[in-house]
Amino acid sequence: MTTPAVELKGITKRFGAVVAVDSIDLEIADGEFFAMLGPSGCGKTTTLRMVAGLDFPTEGSLKIFGDEVGTLPPNKRPVNTVFQNYALFPHMTVLQNVAFGLKMQGVDKSAAASQAREMIELVQLGGLEDRKSSQMSGGQQQRVALARALVNHPKVLLLDEPLGALDLKLRQEMQGELKRLQRELGISFVFVTHDQEEALTMSDRIAVMHEGQLLQVGSPEEIYEHPVNRFVADFIGQTNLLEGTIEDSATVCLANGVRVKATSSYSTGAKVALSLRPERAHLSMRGDGASDGSSIDGVIERMTYLGNARVYSVRLDWMEVEVREENRPGAALYEPGTEISIHWDPGAVWVVADS
Amino acid sequence: MSSTAVEPRGWFKALLHVNGWLVYIFFYAPIILLVVFSFSASRNVGVWGGFTFEWYGEFWDSQATRDSLWNSVQIAVLSTLISVVLGTMAALALERFTFRGHRVFDALLYLPIIIPDVTMAVMLLLFFAQFFDVINAVFGTDLRKGFSSIVLSHIAFNISFVSVVVRARIAGMESRLEEAAMDLYATRWQAFRYVTVPQILPGILGGGLLAMTLSLDDVVITQFVTGPGWTTLPVYVFGLIRKGVTPLINAVSVVMLLGSVTLVALSILADRARSVGDT
Amino acid sequence: MTAVEMPVEQDVAEATPEFEAAAARHDRRRGFLLALPAYGYLVLFFAIPLIIVVVYSFATRNRFGGTDLSGWNLDSYQKLGEPIVRDILFRSLWLAILTTVICLVISYPFAYFLSTRSPTVRNVMLVFVMIPFWTNFLVRNYAWRVILGNDGTLTKITEAIGLGEQELLFSQTAVVLGLVYGYMPFMILPLYAAIERIDHRLLEASRDLYANGFQSFRHVLLPLSMPGVIAGSILCFVPSLGAYVTPEILGGAKTTLLGSYIVTQFLTARNWPFGAALSFVLMAIMLTATIVYFRKGGRTL
Repeated sequence: MTTPAVELKGITKRFGAVVAVDSIDLEIADGEFFAMLGPSGCGKTTTLRMVAGLDFPTEGSLKIFGDEVGTLPPNKRPVNTVFQNYALFPHMTVLQNVAFGLKMQGVDKSAAASQAREMIELVQLGGLEDRKSSQMSGGQQQRVALARALVNHPKVLLLDEPLGALDLKLRQEMQGELKRLQRELGISFVFVTHDQEEALTMSDRIAVMHEGQLLQVGSPEEIYEHPVNRFVADFIGQTNLLEGTIEDSATVCLANGVRVKATSSYSTGAKVALSLRPERAHLSMRGDGASDGSSIDGVIERMTYLGNARVYSVRLDWMEVEVREENRPGAALYEPGTEISIHWDPGAVWVVADS
Repeated sequence: MSSTAVEPRGWFKALLHVNGWLVYIFFYAPIILLVVFSFSASRNVGVWGGFTFEWYGEFWDSQATRDSLWNSVQIAVLSTLISVVLGTMAALALERFTFRGHRVFDALLYLPIIIPDVTMAVMLLLFFAQFFDVINAVFGTDLRKGFSSIVLSHIAFNISFVSVVVRARIAGMESRLEEAAMDLYATRWQAFRYVTVPQILPGILGGGLLAMTLSLDDVVITQFVTGPGWTTLPVYVFGLIRKGVTPLINAVSVVMLLGSVTLVALSILADRARSVGDT
Repeated sequence: MTAVEMPVEQDVAEATPEFEAAAARHDRRRGFLLALPAYGYLVLFFAIPLIIVVVYSFATRNRFGGTDLSGWNLDSYQKLGEPIVRDILFRSLWLAILTTVICLVISYPFAYFLSTRSPTVRNVMLVFVMIPFWTNFLVRNYAWRVILGNDGTLTKITEAIGLGEQELLFSQTAVVLGLVYGYMPFMILPLYAAIERIDHRLLEASRDLYANGFQSFRHVLLPLSMPGVIAGSILCFVPSLGAYVTPEILGGAKTTLLGSYIVTQFLTARNWPFGAALSFVLMAIMLTATIVYFRKGGRTL
């Protein structure tokens, strides 16, 4: 086993009576692009700040490449941070900003300047060394912040909502850029985001957090395909959650009594929810055939036109679900009030704990 | 943030403009007239009697005005220096830390700003009536009311003004900048030295200039806490005015005016630096 | 400042609640030490003098004009009810309120006018409001003495336009004029800050919703600029109430105000206990005004 780049064991952070981070265990491998994902206030930023040393954990062990650092101040840790909104020093030029960390470490002036220039080239800002940060666009500031952190050769780079302040187009460009840098440098990037799409597209692994708890850690695929509970299923992408009870290891009995096929390892009688992604369900006119275990009857309530697809809201006996039909030539149209069945491929549904 | 307000139309717009210009005339006409009459040869203040520098000459020849001007400058400089140090420390403590007594200190720091001069003057008069006796008895010193009591009093109100100005600056500064510095291997002291200080420097300068202005402005408190033989320029001039106006006072006033304008100019420069330092 | 180094260098260990508490304690102590010099200074040269004033207000004036710090009594406060004192109190209140109202009425449209200008023009105009704000107060009052004097500019003007000789100097009018002149910048600046902060699309929205000009002022602009109105009013009212220099220079014997009256008690009448009681009253009014302001949700003055 190689030593993980970052290792958290039982890390807890309390602010007064509020538990911001609740006994988290987490390992991040060297060279990994790792996302911490969750809604605001879930504890992801606090966790990142504890790794950076900007907050001290209340309890637990925090190791960076095997060294315990939980009680070290930020300037003694081999990690650097790209801050939300960048926190560039407004009274310094780009070059001074980038060289700051080297200067603090006592690197001599000319060496610091040449290393800083090199790094400025790497983030494609060559020629702008003498600008003040206030004279730069958001995207450029983002690159300065990156250069300022990376010039110190951190063992791990921490990024706090690095793309949050950028507009969509720039954000997509920077996503590619970050991936490229990470691959070139071969160090682990740990970034915090509330944007699930960003997390899915960029990371090797994702940790989903909610209310201070670590709910699930896994590859984007694992998280999307096999969420552990309602929250993760709902937060990552869109889904319909149909409540039911486990009948046996291959059958779930839905709230209206319809039995559907779904394999799971929950015990018989357990309350669960069946996650059915809108794009994996299909509509057809209601036939007379009995249920095949991969369909359910409903009535069209309304349709929303999205251009490349139509989203139908379908009324079931006890809830409403959404079904997304790609807008292909000749795709069937269903008027509100039409009695239809929703069906899916076996294996397209996933059972999550109903909590 | 700085959206421009919609201008009303019609007669109301005219009213706004007229009011605007009248306010400026109201502000500046008296000052301009004062400057003009300070060059008037007439012994009657407020009457034009031909151009002269006579009164400025008289100002410079008068030992009393020169002495009191020198006193004022010394007191202003010394009280400003001390209150800038104490006020900046207080501002940092209140904006960046929490500690026992935080709220009480916050309130205590506000009081000298909102308390009327006269009340503060009375407080310090009664205080110094006893304080120096006690100090002298305990330490065997020979402190007398005069220079030291004036400086001590000016510091007492200036700390508050400095800390308000500096605090505004610290509050406007992103606190993440210090964190960023520490993340980049700066110790707390280095983060303070290389990031905090340059960021709040315009605030410190602005606060210092305000303190100096207030010190040079003060009449009531100084008059209450001064001792025999010690007078500042404003107190001296105030005494002269009460005896009756003379062209000499015009000239002294214009000199004081020049001092004020210089300080405003400097503070505007400090403000410039402040806005350049921002976004 | 080397003391600000973290207390944690040597023993690198797992985080514990004890460590976190120690770090927090260390941080609090650092804050306290930083505040201490100013804190101590203000306790010694402000809080204690304040207490001394209160103590003196209950003391007795002896026959020689000194003060006996014994025989505590309420005489000084009873004296507040005497007609002459009451007159001075009410006159001071009245003139301070008058000054504040005049400042408000002139400054509000002025502050709004400022905020309708383009940012560049606005900044220049603002500088020209700041200059009187920074200019020596004594000099600014003295300037009016020159203008209002016997053969001063104002008399010349009134004579020229046929109003005859107007004796303004040493009257209440002159005092109010001086106070308005002195404290108007204190009104304009917070008002401007409050009005400038308002999203002016709100006014357009109110017009869109059928408000006429006055209604959108009454229901949108005024409520939103209220913090500025209150801050400006307090900044005008408090120093006007305690004014000393202005009535001394521009007022006469008939216009004694609270500030001058207090000074008289100390420098000429030598009735320190009574002067202390008067100061205390002045301070109480000031504190009430300020507390009202903070209650109304104001944050800073």
